[in-house]
Amino acid sequence: MSDAAAGLLTIGVVVALLAITHVPLGNWMARVFTDETDWRVERTVYRAVGVDPRNEQTWRSYAASVLAFSGVSLVVLFLLIVLQKHLPLAQGTDGMGLTTAVNTAISFVTNTNWQSYAGEVGTGPLVQTVGLAVQNFVSAAVGLAVAIVVIRGVSRRSATTLGNFWVDLVRGVTRILLPISLVAAVLLVAGGVIQNLASPETIAGLAGHDQVIRGGLVASQEAIKELGTNGGGYFNANSAHPFENPNPVTNLVEILLMLVVPFALPRTFGVMVGDRRQGWTLLGFAATLWAAGVALVTWAEVHAAVAATGSMEGKEVRFGVWGSALFGATSTGTSTGAVNSMHESYSPLGGGVLLVNMALGEISPGGVGSGLYGIVVIAVLTVFLAGLMVGRTPEYLGKRIGRPEITMAALYAVVTPTLALAGAAAAVAYPTARESMLASGPHGLTEVLYAYTSAANNNGSAFAGLSADTPWFNLTLGAGMLLGRFLPMLLVLALAGRLAAQSRRPVTAGTMPTHTPLFLGLLVGVAIIVAGLTYFPAIALGPIAEALS
Amino acid sequence: MNLSRQSLAALRMLAVLTVLLGVVYPAAVWGIGRVAFADQASGSLVRRDGTVVGSSLLGQAFTGADTFHGRPSTSDDAGGTSGGSNLAASDPAQRRALAQRRATLERAGDVPPSGVAAPDALTASASGLDPDISPAYALAQVPRVARATGIGESALRTLVRRHTTGRTLGFLGEPRVDVLELNLALALDRARG
Repeated sequence: MSDAAAGLLTIGVVVALLAITHVPLGNWMARVFTDETDWRVERTVYRAVGVDPRNEQTWRSYAASVLAFSGVSLVVLFLLIVLQKHLPLAQGTDGMGLTTAVNTAISFVTNTNWQSYAGEVGTGPLVQTVGLAVQNFVSAAVGLAVAIVVIRGVSRRSATTLGNFWVDLVRGVTRILLPISLVAAVLLVAGGVIQNLASPETIAGLAGHDQVIRGGLVASQEAIKELGTNGGGYFNANSAHPFENPNPVTNLVEILLMLVVPFALPRTFGVMVGDRRQGWTLLGFAATLWAAGVALVTWAEVHAAVAATGSMEGKEVRFGVWGSALFGATSTGTSTGAVNSMHESYSPLGGGVLLVNMALGEISPGGVGSGLYGIVVIAVLTVFLAGLMVGRTPEYLGKRIGRPEITMAALYAVVTPTLALAGAAAAVAYPTARESMLASGPHGLTEVLYAYTSAANNNGSAFAGLSADTPWFNLTLGAGMLLGRFLPMLLVLALAGRLAAQSRRPVTAGTMPTHTPLFLGLLVGVAIIVAGLTYFPAIALGPIAEALS
Repeated sequence: MNLSRQSLAALRMLAVLTVLLGVVYPAAVWGIGRVAFADQASGSLVRRDGTVVGSSLLGQAFTGADTFHGRPSTSDDAGGTSGGSNLAASDPAQRRALAQRRATLERAGDVPPSGVAAPDALTASASGLDPDISPAYALAQVPRVARATGIGESALRTLVRRHTTGRTLGFLGEPRVDVLELNLALALDRARG
């Protein structure tokens, strides 16, 4: 079978499996977050924590819980990292400097998983398993909870409350993320991903050269790393490391894990708002962007493979060009940021598309939860723009999009590009930061632009030639991740609060339908125009200039 | 709830979830791995006469004329750390690296008569620990290994074919040869004479 036929068949299998899973999983998630009863294990958790699961919260109270939980997580993870040398299971790790530890704690709490340390050097099994992997679960569950609140904002009428954060957090873990992770982790172990507590062992190889063989509880972390769209590698090489991703089957499993929840959430949306067609439209939008990303990255890499290198620099033989491009496009489109090939060694256009995938705002289909609320914001912007064009009062699913609502959506659309572009501009202007760049010229600019875009959009993948473990990068990228996560979250929570307070306006002949192919086309147009207008000048100086030179 | 009470609840919640997700869950996967997939869970280790000589998943450094060579690695397959070169095609350092690798291949006689070297032989892998090479690169090394070991070329080609893994289910991934396993089989052949 030719490379192209095999690659296309692989993509086809991914699409087919998602087509099978998104309806039942989407329905299940809708049930999880509308269920009136608690599981026994959940009741035990609520009692131990001391929260009343039936206590409904306003958006302000919900936001306070989100911030309290994330803040506490941040402090605890930071302490765990800086104290790891004095704790058991350190296995001789060097640990991290203070700014690296700050960066890492922010990175994992914000679901970004940017890593300015090398996994196998900076962290021992204790920090990985009890610190980072736990945040992989709960940061994804926080994103999911906020997305559910946005859905409730659209679906509830004249309501002041939007659910209970602790219940949404716990159910996201116990009923969605944990069961899927457990099954996936066992599949990954069967495929060869390691799961042990062995210390690094130096052996004499077959030809007599020494080699260090590392251990780790990798499979359990790998599963939630992909499922929670986190992306932080146990090892520096991330999913390119054979112990994280040993063969084409595990590669397929990891790609599916990244996509399964984000592509099921539009269904959840459709079910919870009582109009499944609305979910289909959002799904169609995300699927269009994902397919375009996969097609463009693959085309660029296959096209570049006519060179003597065959596009294989920074790629693994078992995945080849097709398996690497599919993984890269999926990982940047889902805000995961895991890599099974080194993005910096991609062709200018291939790497450029990966950058654009993040710059779109992580909506193709985006991260767990964050993808869906990003898409809803695009929908709000779209009905507003369309309403302006025809002179109608814009509304989305019976909710009026007035001045406060559109202000929040517009601010949401402005926050991340501002963080990304201002950060990159500052870094390029700052001499000490420039010394961290591996490449020079347009590729060097792309390196820095990629880093700040990745941080602000909570993706976490890197053009890894950048030596980012400096106080400047640790702190500025840390700030980008923190603001890029919580400002948009607060804005959509406030938006949800306002939408929930409204009653539902009746559908009339003057209502613009939001489930038609025309609206889907408008959504795609708005997403591309918004990101295009903000990022085009910077991208022209980076990947486009490099491709043309 | 005010913020300090929220924070206390958050702390307790994090503690409870840490026990569930940071202890119980990984331990369960560890237990299942130990019982059902002990070999994979411990790193797919390869033994020779009872001693561990590597993992079939990790590439090793082979430089001798009488062995098959793996891909270029930025860490010489040392295993302590992992990663790629991160060099772009436009980078002068990358052009130099390519020329150097090409020269090494030519010196060893690993460039096939067509003059087109296998791409995976010219490029550094993403992990620095790629265990595999393409069948084309393996076959290109056959004449050299035959000269150095005295084993016939056709026998070596058969050996390479026997250790070639096709695409899984006919379409997943790329055809490849695990270099450590190939060299182990080669060593076994030579020991048997």
